Amino acid sequence: MIKNTKKAQKNNILSLEDVSISYGKFEAVKNIFCNFKKGDITSLIGPSGCGKSTVLRSLNRMNDLIPNCSLKGTVLFDGTNIYDKRVDPVEVRRRIGMVFQQPNPFPKSIYENIAFGARINGFVGDIDDLVELSLKKAALWDECKDKLNDSGYSLSGGQQQRLCIARTIAIEPEIILMDEPCSALDPISTLKIEETMHELKKNYTIIIVTHNMQQALRVSDMTAFFNAIEYEDGDGGKVGYLAEFNSTKKIFSSPKEKTTQEYISGKFG
Amino acid sequence: MEEKLALFKNRKRFGIEKNIDIIFKNTALVLSSFVAIILLGIVLVVFFQSFESFSRYGLKFLVTSEWNPVKDEYGAFTAIYGTLLTSFLSLLITIPLGVGTAIFITEDFVPKLFREIIGSFVELLAAIPSVVLGLWAIFVMEPFFRAFFVFLHNFFGWFPLFSTEPTGRNSLLAILILVVMLLPIVTSIARDSLNQVPKKLRNASYGIGASRWKTIFSVILPAALSGIMAGVLLALGRAMGETMAVTMIIGNSNAFSWSLLSPGYTIASMLANQFGEADGSQVSSLFYAAFVLMILSLVVNIFAQWLVKKFSLKY
Amino acid sequence: MNSLFYQKNSSRNIGDKVFTSLSLICVVIAILPLIFLVTYILIKGGAQITPELFTLEPNPPGDDLDAGGINPALIGTLIITTIASIIAIPVGVGGGIYLAEYSKGGPFSRFIRFGVNVLAGVPSIIAGVFIYSLVVSTKILFGSMYSGLAGGMALSILMLPTVIKTTDEGLKLVPNELRYASLGVGASMYTTILKITLPSAFRSIATGVVLGIARAAGETAPLIFTALFSYYYITGFGDLFYEMGSLAVLIYNFALEPYDAQNKLAWAASFILVLSILSVNIFSRILAAFTEKTKRV
Repeated sequence: MIKNTKKAQKNNILSLEDVSISYGKFEAVKNIFCNFKKGDITSLIGPSGCGKSTVLRSLNRMNDLIPNCSLKGTVLFDGTNIYDKRVDPVEVRRRIGMVFQQPNPFPKSIYENIAFGARINGFVGDIDDLVELSLKKAALWDECKDKLNDSGYSLSGGQQQRLCIARTIAIEPEIILMDEPCSALDPISTLKIEETMHELKKNYTIIIVTHNMQQALRVSDMTAFFNAIEYEDGDGGKVGYLAEFNSTKKIFSSPKEKTTQEYISGKFG
Repeated sequence: MEEKLALFKNRKRFGIEKNIDIIFKNTALVLSSFVAIILLGIVLVVFFQSFESFSRYGLKFLVTSEWNPVKDEYGAFTAIYGTLLTSFLSLLITIPLGVGTAIFITEDFVPKLFREIIGSFVELLAAIPSVVLGLWAIFVMEPFFRAFFVFLHNFFGWFPLFSTEPTGRNSLLAILILVVMLLPIVTSIARDSLNQVPKKLRNASYGIGASRWKTIFSVILPAALSGIMAGVLLALGRAMGETMAVTMIIGNSNAFSWSLLSPGYTIASMLANQFGEADGSQVSSLFYAAFVLMILSLVVNIFAQWLVKKFSLKY
Repeated sequence: MNSLFYQKNSSRNIGDKVFTSLSLICVVIAILPLIFLVTYILIKGGAQITPELFTLEPNPPGDDLDAGGINPALIGTLIITTIASIIAIPVGVGGGIYLAEYSKGGPFSRFIRFGVNVLAGVPSIIAGVFIYSLVVSTKILFGSMYSGLAGGMALSILMLPTVIKTTDEGLKLVPNELRYASLGVGASMYTTILKITLPSAFRSIATGVVLGIARAAGETAPLIFTALFSYYYITGFGDLFYEMGSLAVLIYNFALEPYDAQNKLAWAASFILVLSILSVNIFSRILAAFTEKTKRV
């Protein structure tokens, strides 16, 4: 038994321990406990306003950029609480990369989009090789190998998003966070990105926020269902919490919680 | 039912109403073309008034600095040099200060309220009339900098720009008051351009582990560059055409000198100073100078507009 | 593997600190003179304010004991600015209406919008030179040369682009649904504009216009050889056709006098000018912020 827990702990790459996040006075999510295993794809699902994106952004301290946003509790990564006062958020983001909801290439060439991140992270190898490798991993190489000097904005939306994934891979993070990466894309591009994620799983841990339950079912090993309840004082504000966390199979076939069942069957959301 | 319909007997628009509609539209059309008429009028009037001087001196006017109403010899080199020198040097000082300030108030170094106070304060200062700045320059700035100018001359006198004994009113003071005047323009336009850079670019950069200033220099400033450049060009136009504050502090002398510490002239200050009392071919020569100033500011202005259009945000 | 901890001595963190300090220094260098400027004007100018200042004529320079007041300049500024507004507001609002309501983005409207921006960039002294040769030197206004009327015309050239721009932009902010609603019940275009679109854009246009007027009130360069200056009371309508004083030109003339008494008048005039311009600006800002808040609710 003891052995098992130890093994489990060893496998945990990122752990949330009693995390609560607030915007100013308003609590967005409360008392989250959650372990993300190395090499897994974990989906965060739940109705709008349940705080799943907030939780995701807290995992590499992107929330620092939002005024008044504060976090209580511990986020353990690699044995260190990333909210420790001594931690440099820039270092955290170098090891936990992020892909955003809207494709956001830099207004530079495709090549420079990838080289930029590598250079600031002190990459010393051959940048040409890195660009090629990253684009291949993101399944974009064949489509853009002849126009690496074109602007990132010359690509289609789905290609742009894969460029952003390639850019994130290029800095060799240990974890990739994806915040609804397909919500702005058409179904075909979405499928391509999902294929890419399956490829990436071999080397990276992925945590993805998605509104699309089919996507969660298709891509992820683990699923965390977040829900929101009204404040106890009942003034209409809501606070998010982690309702259920289990393997994707179990969440979708035999959820323990009634709300999970209702959500995945489309009764609210 | 019958009664109700009767109320609408005259459903058709009266002829007179149709006419009013047409008259209204055409009046608006004529009023809007006033802009073009005035602009054309200004160019033509200044051009024809300068014709006499232009045909007499040709382009030599631009490169000689003799300005002698007694001998009837005119050349505007001193004023043109002064115009370009004061405007470019003042911009050179203003750009880093203004853009630095704009960066400071678009980043989150201090609370939002504080940043907004700084921002609106700087913008308010753009409303202070330049004649008041001139007054302030004469009575406050000039005595304040006097010792500093002596120091500049003593230690850097070997450098042509500081090679003369400082006089009470001089080109350097004009440059400094221009800085005070341009700062609000550059700062507020740079601030707007920086604010217009989409948040997602900032996220992208932070998301792959760039530090704050790496993000500013490599992502945010390049994206805002065209807007900032356009603002800088507008400021340059303002600096070249600025009259009152400069006229009051530059010393107004036509004797050419490389030194910033001696009195100088700009085209605008020459106009303000001499136009009222000029007669004969001096008037035409002043118009010639005015024409040069107009062309300079038109070019800068049109270039700024072109820049805004060409590079208006593409993402 | 690198530690996650903040490393004080890494070149990146030192660089960030250096640049942050540099930008703070920029703010300080930029802001300090500006604060000093405003307080100095308000204190030095405010100290000269007396009741007589508003009622007396200025005495000609040379009499160092008593400079008199600035009544003619104060009234002159009001008159000249009013004349400029009477010319520029109808022309500008009318032109703005055409650009925003009638033009369909064709070459004509693009040319006019371009012209508005160019005119806004024409040096103010050129506007003075232009009116001088058009009005003053030709004595076209019933034989008078320098006059308050000519000054007002020169100022109106500077106000015009501001008025057109604010009207154009204010009207463009009015949602199209509102226009369709009015046209849809069979209203004429001009009724729609006068009764529906213009009133709903009124506040933003008015704010822009008032700011334009405030800016024009402080302009000096267009006046120094159109309205010139006058030491005497404005007594009647006929004075429009003669030289007219203004606060701005008074500051210019008296700042350059070697006499302390005249300099003091210049400070007093600056105080009045700056105070009124700043209050108009601050008031319109507060109004704009207030409007935005109420709209959001």
